[in-house]
Amino acid sequence: MAASRVTANEIFLNIKQIPTRYPKALCLFRQISTSRPHYDQQPEPKSKSASQPLVGVVGLEIHAQINSNTKLFSGSPVRFSAPPNSLVSFFDASLPGTLPMLNRRCVEAAVMTGLALNCTINKKSYFDRKHYFYADLPAGYQITQQRRPIAVDGVLTYSYFGGKKRSQMIRKSVQIKQIQLEQDSGKSLHDDDRSQTLIDLNRAGVGLMELVMEPDMKSGEEAAAAVRELQLILQALGTCQGNMSEGQLRVDANVSVHRPGEPLGIRTEVKNINSIRYLARAIDYEILRQIDAVQSGRAVQNETRAYDSKSGETVPMREKEGLQDYRFMPEPNLPALIVYEDNASLPTGIDPSQAVVVQKIKDRLPELPGVKRDRLVQTYGILPEHSFTLVNEDGLMEYFETLMKTTQREPRKVIGWVTNELLGHLKQRDMSVSQSPISPAHLAELLKLQETGRISSSAAKQVFQEMWRSGGKTAWQIVQEQELGLVHDSAQLHSICQKVVDSHPDEVHAVRNGNKKVLNKLIGLVQKETKGRADPVLVKEILQQMTQ
Amino acid sequence: EFIRKLWEGLLVQSKPPLTSHFPFPAQIPPDLVDKLERLALVDFRTKQGLECLEKAIRFADQLHVVDTTGIEPMDSVLEDRALYLREDTAVDGGCAEELLKLSRKTVEEYFVVPPGNIPLPKKEERSSMLKHSEL
Repeated sequence: MAASRVTANEIFLNIKQIPTRYPKALCLFRQISTSRPHYDQQPEPKSKSASQPLVGVVGLEIHAQINSNTKLFSGSPVRFSAPPNSLVSFFDASLPGTLPMLNRRCVEAAVMTGLALNCTINKKSYFDRKHYFYADLPAGYQITQQRRPIAVDGVLTYSYFGGKKRSQMIRKSVQIKQIQLEQDSGKSLHDDDRSQTLIDLNRAGVGLMELVMEPDMKSGEEAAAAVRELQLILQALGTCQGNMSEGQLRVDANVSVHRPGEPLGIRTEVKNINSIRYLARAIDYEILRQIDAVQSGRAVQNETRAYDSKSGETVPMREKEGLQDYRFMPEPNLPALIVYEDNASLPTGIDPSQAVVVQKIKDRLPELPGVKRDRLVQTYGILPEHSFTLVNEDGLMEYFETLMKTTQREPRKVIGWVTNELLGHLKQRDMSVSQSPISPAHLAELLKLQETGRISSSAAKQVFQEMWRSGGKTAWQIVQEQELGLVHDSAQLHSICQKVVDSHPDEVHAVRNGNKKVLNKLIGLVQKETKGRADPVLVKEILQQMTQ
Repeated sequence: EFIRKLWEGLLVQSKPPLTSHFPFPAQIPPDLVDKLERLALVDFRTKQGLECLEKAIRFADQLHVVDTTGIEPMDSVLEDRALYLREDTAVDGGCAEELLKLSRKTVEEYFVVPPGNIPLPKKEERSSMLKHSEL
């Protein structure tokens, strides 16, 4: 079997050269790389001569609903919940004789988002019509920017905790191909019982920013981290509220598998993903499904699949009628969209309300998450990993900063309490920071008790748990009620230490002979006697004296 | 600029350019007719319809005769007109009743439509349905 595997590899290497000389054989090559029936009966062993394992390739298409008062091309209000068809104008319903009127706020939002993502802003961009028939698209076409979008060539940098123990912060980046302005469609509610569909056009015409990302990602984890970062950026900018469950941020994933260095495999599009958690799961499932298919010799089909959160699987969606031909054409009712670099480049006599100036928007950019993280590291001297966690959790940064105002302790000593104890408890119960039963002020008090030596570190953790459970009791109350205060009485400690030393002659002997580690065991025994209430510094001193 | 060149090109010859100058003959294969009909939802497969389409393509082919190197295509008669930017204040909507009146069937302020797109009849059925088809 090994011999034939090597042969297959030789064929492989030779075949790689064929595409340049015999382009038509490319399809043959593709087939061979994705289906090797004879050699893939067993799962791939990691042998040095075998080709590399299959890896996932993930590209995202994100539709972000623009946070504006009115729609992209009409003056209808934008609202999440409203009576059906109450937010619809004649233009939105595509009645004859109506024309699109571009919303300046939407243009500014797209420019702002493009700048935050390091894009090049196209000073001149065009609108096009994308045609297809569906009941929730009354005009029979969507106005979008296919030829020349408003922003191109950006970068989104993101981080996530990876590595063996998930404690290493890994930084990655993904290329943003373009950002384009386009219209949203209406909503269809399927009534299968009566074999009909109900259409609500409230959402029809709402402004969207479509962000197209290059397939730079390899897994669900990376995609989830990238989307989370994008969410934070959009929320900081105020251009999109980024709520996935409300449909303000919609993510479709294009997934394929291949061996590194080889051409990309057939891709599938995964839709119906309603949260960041599901995004990671859906992508990981799809990658595994495709790897399994390829290894079993089956071909991956170019199709659209939906994510089923209940089963955790992706399933094929309804059949599409063959390949779509959208018959793109320039939107005849809209001239080119011009944005100006700065005030100097404005034509004379132009009405300021008719000019979008990139420099002005750049000046108005708020503090982005990346900058926020750096600022936290600078101000408080905490690690990048910590500031990442602070910014990533809604409200955690504010909690930490409030806490720092009321405590005298060093930030580095405090941060652990916030990112480990507090966040750990919140995550376990699926709670948000705003729901925390322990306020920054109360936590500050607990920290003070620990700092002034009133309680030991382990006792402090106990008190924290109790504060959480009791929801309102102060740290001092609990310390008194449960007698958790540290014992500093040297006479008392002396007698306990003496007892331990007397009953463990072997350990004392080991310490006297140079084995310092055994001292910790003795300390542990003393702590056990005192139920953790002994002042650890004193205990160590006393024991060291006694074991000399 | 482009229009001027085209106009000049046409004026130079007193009659329309010879069809032999055109790159492709205007023969439309039946599959393409079928595809166009599906995309546009217009049937035109009568002798008249096909002739009309061929003439239209031939008319557009004149563009190939004109030298357009270095000239930006004109995609809108609005050319250099400024795109009007509207203020982000709500001035529309709130006319559900009026809009719903236009629909044949409604249910509780929703428009009622068939479930999904009504699939077109299959190719074979289409040919027999369209009695005047020349294909």
